Amino acid sequence: MHLSLRVWRQKSASAFGRFETYEARNVSADMSLLEMLDEVNEDLIASGGEPIAFDSDCREGICGACSVVIDGVPHGSRHGTTACQLHLRHFKDGDTITLEPWRARPFPVIKDLVVDRHAFDRIIQAGGYVSVKTGGAPDGNAIPIPKTDVDRAMDAAVCIGCGACVAACKNASAMLFVASKVSHLSLLPQGRVERERRVLAMVRAMDDAGFGACTVTGSCEAVCPKNIRIDVIARMNREYGRALLKAGFVE
Amino acid sequence: MLRKAGGIEAMKLLPQFFHSSLGKKYIMAITGLGMLAFVAVHLTGNLQIFLGPEVLDAYAHGLHRAEELLWVIRVCLLVFIGLHISMAVVLTLGNRAARPIPYERSRLPGASHAARTMIWSGSMVAVFVAYHLLHHSAKAQVSLTGHDFATFQTTLADGTTCHDVFRMVVAGFSQPVVSVFYIVGVGLLCHHLSHGIEAAFQSLGLRNRVWDAAVRKLASGAAWLLFVGYASIPVAVACGYGREALN
Ligand code: HEM
Ligand code: FES
Repeated sequence: MHLSLRVWRQKSASAFGRFETYEARNVSADMSLLEMLDEVNEDLIASGGEPIAFDSDCREGICGACSVVIDGVPHGSRHGTTACQLHLRHFKDGDTITLEPWRARPFPVIKDLVVDRHAFDRIIQAGGYVSVKTGGAPDGNAIPIPKTDVDRAMDAAVCIGCGACVAACKNASAMLFVASKVSHLSLLPQGRVERERRVLAMVRAMDDAGFGACTVTGSCEAVCPKNIRIDVIARMNREYGRALLKAGFVE
Repeated sequence: MLRKAGGIEAMKLLPQFFHSSLGKKYIMAITGLGMLAFVAVHLTGNLQIFLGPEVLDAYAHGLHRAEELLWVIRVCLLVFIGLHISMAVVLTLGNRAARPIPYERSRLPGASHAARTMIWSGSMVAVFVAYHLLHHSAKAQVSLTGHDFATFQTTLADGTTCHDVFRMVVAGFSQPVVSVFYIVGVGLLCHHLSHGIEAAFQSLGLRNRVWDAAVRKLASGAAWLLFVGYASIPVAVACGYGREALN
């Protein structure tokens, strides 16, 4: 098939960017969008041009590295699919596809379609972990956990940290990401110990990074490649209120 | 650990609350629901118009005899409106700043019209409320109607003379412009609320997968109920209800 691409090109973080048009000729419908970009880059390199920079790693929808806004929708408009798993058969022959990087102040463009997502790392560093004293590894089944808690925790733990929620939100809010981590860890007994400190610290790191606030539009859940629902955000709001009350009145 | 929860001491919790995006949303939700409670109670008062002039005027007169209570409510509402609007403005500016470079193609998947336009529907509601207060509470004469509302007096069953609210409402809504403006105003408010109620439950963390569908239905149901209730009064007047009071 033949596709026309309008791709955001930007040399460096400080350079001005603009859209360039490329033609992807004779690409197979079974290719993923990223494989098509590989082909386009081969042609660009062969003709002495600068290949299009984009992020990817696993190419099987589990690492969260790929990050392209496809025709206005992060990861494209197929539900529960990352850009690396989006195949060209979902486009029509002759289509023009617009590719843009994630747009958010905390995610500055580094080059072309690649953005700096360190802001997410800083949020994780603030509290997205469970502190464990070193020693002999405990028996995996020593702590019984109710099945419903496990299921809810896993529904949130599937977050791959790609940032599509931020990219889709009209406020560039990172709530779905932060709420996924907060929910996942606070639902499990190992993480529950630090739940108050965690939610307060992670929310603060999120605000400090400059992400917007949630206005409950639901765009994040509509684009999440892992189909995480915004009820995790309600859970985080509840955790936050609970943590403030507890920190304020207990002790 | 708790004393230094998240690296903040207990003493600094309140500033932290006001400073954080979640805290601001809590305030928006609480003040929004507070105003919603007022809007609902206000409607039950207004609907007494259908019980006739005597009932409505006696109710209005009764309210004004409880002047202290009225002032408590007024002050609360003023604080709510002030907090709601200031948080709305601060959050909206922050939200805009979070995306300095817009997308060339922006689709906002999943976002309803009401959800996208909260700041606009809210701002228009604020303008409408200002007009509404001038029109009714302050009894400013609106040249459109050609009546000086302040002069409308009536005598209640117990012999007291008081302001004739019934006649004021009918005179006001006899002007199509006034009625249309009013219906558009309450329409905007209910549009705001159709998203706002759902968002408030979310912001306060009072939502989960079990209750999600119920919360959505409650939000749109309440918004529609309020709209039908408020709009029924100008519609009834347009259909001729209460016209004899003007003669
Ligand atoms: C009678 C007047 C009003 C009522 C009853 C009302 C009610 C509400 C409620 C219940 C919410 C949900 C809170 C939340 O998101 O957690 C809300 C949100 C909001 N309101 Fe209002 N509001 C009113 C007036 C206004 C005004 C005058 C403005 C604007 C200046 C405004 C702007 C907003 C904004 C920006 C939001 C957040 C939008 C969102 O969460 O999606 N509101 N309002
Ligand atoms: S490259 Fe790993 S999820 Fe797409």
